[in-house]
Amino acid sequence: MQYTFSNKSRNICFALIGIGLLSLVGGFLTDSHRAWPNLLLNAFYFTSIALGVLFFLAVNYAAEAGWFAAIKKPMEAIAAFLPLGSLILGGVLILSAFHLNHIYHWADPEVVHHDEIIAGKAAYLNKWFFTIRTIVYLGGWFLFYRAFQKYSQIEQQSYNTKNWRKTQSLAAFFLAFFAVTSSTSAWDWIMSIDTHWFSTLFGWYTFAGYFVSSLIVLTLVVLHLKSRGLLPEVNENHIHDLGKYIFAFSIFWTYLWFSQFLLIWYSNIPEEVTYFMDRMTNYKSIFILNLFLNFFFPFLVLMKRGSKRRYHLLTFVGIITLIGHWFDNFIMIMPGAVKEHWHVGWVEIGMFTGFLGLFGFIVMSRLASFSTVENKQHVFYSESVHHHI
Amino acid sequence: MSTKKVIYGIFDDDHALIESAKALKTKGIRVADVFSPFPIHGLDPVIGIKPTRLSNFAFWYGVFGTLSAVWMTWYMMISDWPMNIGGKPSFTWLENLPAFIPATFELTVFCAAHGMVISYLLVNKIYPGRKPHNPDPRSTDDKFVMQINTFDNKRVEEREIMDILKNTGSVEINEKVLS
Repeated sequence: MQYTFSNKSRNICFALIGIGLLSLVGGFLTDSHRAWPNLLLNAFYFTSIALGVLFFLAVNYAAEAGWFAAIKKPMEAIAAFLPLGSLILGGVLILSAFHLNHIYHWADPEVVHHDEIIAGKAAYLNKWFFTIRTIVYLGGWFLFYRAFQKYSQIEQQSYNTKNWRKTQSLAAFFLAFFAVTSSTSAWDWIMSIDTHWFSTLFGWYTFAGYFVSSLIVLTLVVLHLKSRGLLPEVNENHIHDLGKYIFAFSIFWTYLWFSQFLLIWYSNIPEEVTYFMDRMTNYKSIFILNLFLNFFFPFLVLMKRGSKRRYHLLTFVGIITLIGHWFDNFIMIMPGAVKEHWHVGWVEIGMFTGFLGLFGFIVMSRLASFSTVENKQHVFYSESVHHHI
Repeated sequence: MSTKKVIYGIFDDDHALIESAKALKTKGIRVADVFSPFPIHGLDPVIGIKPTRLSNFAFWYGVFGTLSAVWMTWYMMISDWPMNIGGKPSFTWLENLPAFIPATFELTVFCAAHGMVISYLLVNKIYPGRKPHNPDPRSTDDKFVMQINTFDNKRVEEREIMDILKNTGSVEINEKVLS
């Protein structure tokens, strides 16, 4: 069965993109110090969701999982935001590295000249090396995305175990590449905003955040397709498994968040603790909100078996947790970029809306471009249909 | 006193057993129990076994663990013998909360896990030296045994139950009189 991108949804997407463009222009005209980090935040947030879904696809292939075969098309559709998202994100990052704004302190030659600590990091954090790394990460992910797409087109034609084997080794190579780049990209793009501060754990913490968001978006798209009467073979068992993933990785995110926090809190070394001092004073409300939305809420509500199998409840929890992870990214980026002058107002919400519209437009057009959203030629399709837990 | 007669239908395939249970259910015949070497997914609702309440108990054991940890850390580290944690003032429990999270987590898991295991053993009356209730030792190896009590299904002829079992793939049917 084919998915139809209705005119109504299309118009909603355009309206959202319109609001986004208005607030983008308005934001840059009124206060570019506020607009730049916002652009980075939203570009990273939505691109990382597409990236997380691509990672999830690769994990399922590498692990020879069968249950996901019936929801593979929605996964591909979400990953389809990666090229455009990378383009926007890459543009923002490279312009920031060339000091068109004040997000990265190390990009400012004046600061580097007077700041000994930043000068010591100049061999790694300089605009050219940063640009090369950014292109390698985004380009590498894009090439893997294209290769997955190619194999997927072959897969659609016939039952083909050889092609599945090839996809599996591709997935393994992608995971190896992603294992390194997911960490280093988070260090480069997000952690270097607080240039003095460092944490080895930061890459995994960032990854855990966007992986939860990816799983939620995947669940929401699958539920959306089901509400349209598509994917009839996807039943509450598949949704239950997705719910378990969201539940488990919410805990995983908390585990990493707390592991980072506890060590810094315990040792109380000035150069490390400043990071949290900023966030616990100037950003106190968001700091607390972050833990509630991303840990206590999904943990307590999704604990029961029944709540993971109830579509409306799962949708509700998913949306709240998605907002929570947007705030998590907010508190990663803003303190270093704008200090205590943070807002959550029309610029922030408007830009988020714009990216949401763009993301929705790409995902839904990709879904509509499939001749069928079912994936019957997949090697594990019948295993997926008989998934029972 | 009437004799209590039990029928054992033995299967060598779990799917056949589920189909057989469904066929019996449509005739209104109640299956007393199934003995199987491994859990059979999807069998519980067919033979009318209610979902376990063990997970609800686990939650409350966990809550008990969390609260005991809160009390323990407060009493040991703040009240009875105030401890200096990393040079921080230890006047209130809340100020030192991060230091107590790992212990709280461990005690929560400890109580939930042990509570669950002990409840499971008690509810199922499993204790050292208990005689096995297994009707056929082969059900611990490669056979699946379905038990139907004739006294649960008085309205159905014994013959009919056996016919259904035979027609739905039972490889062997035994009868037993329980005094």
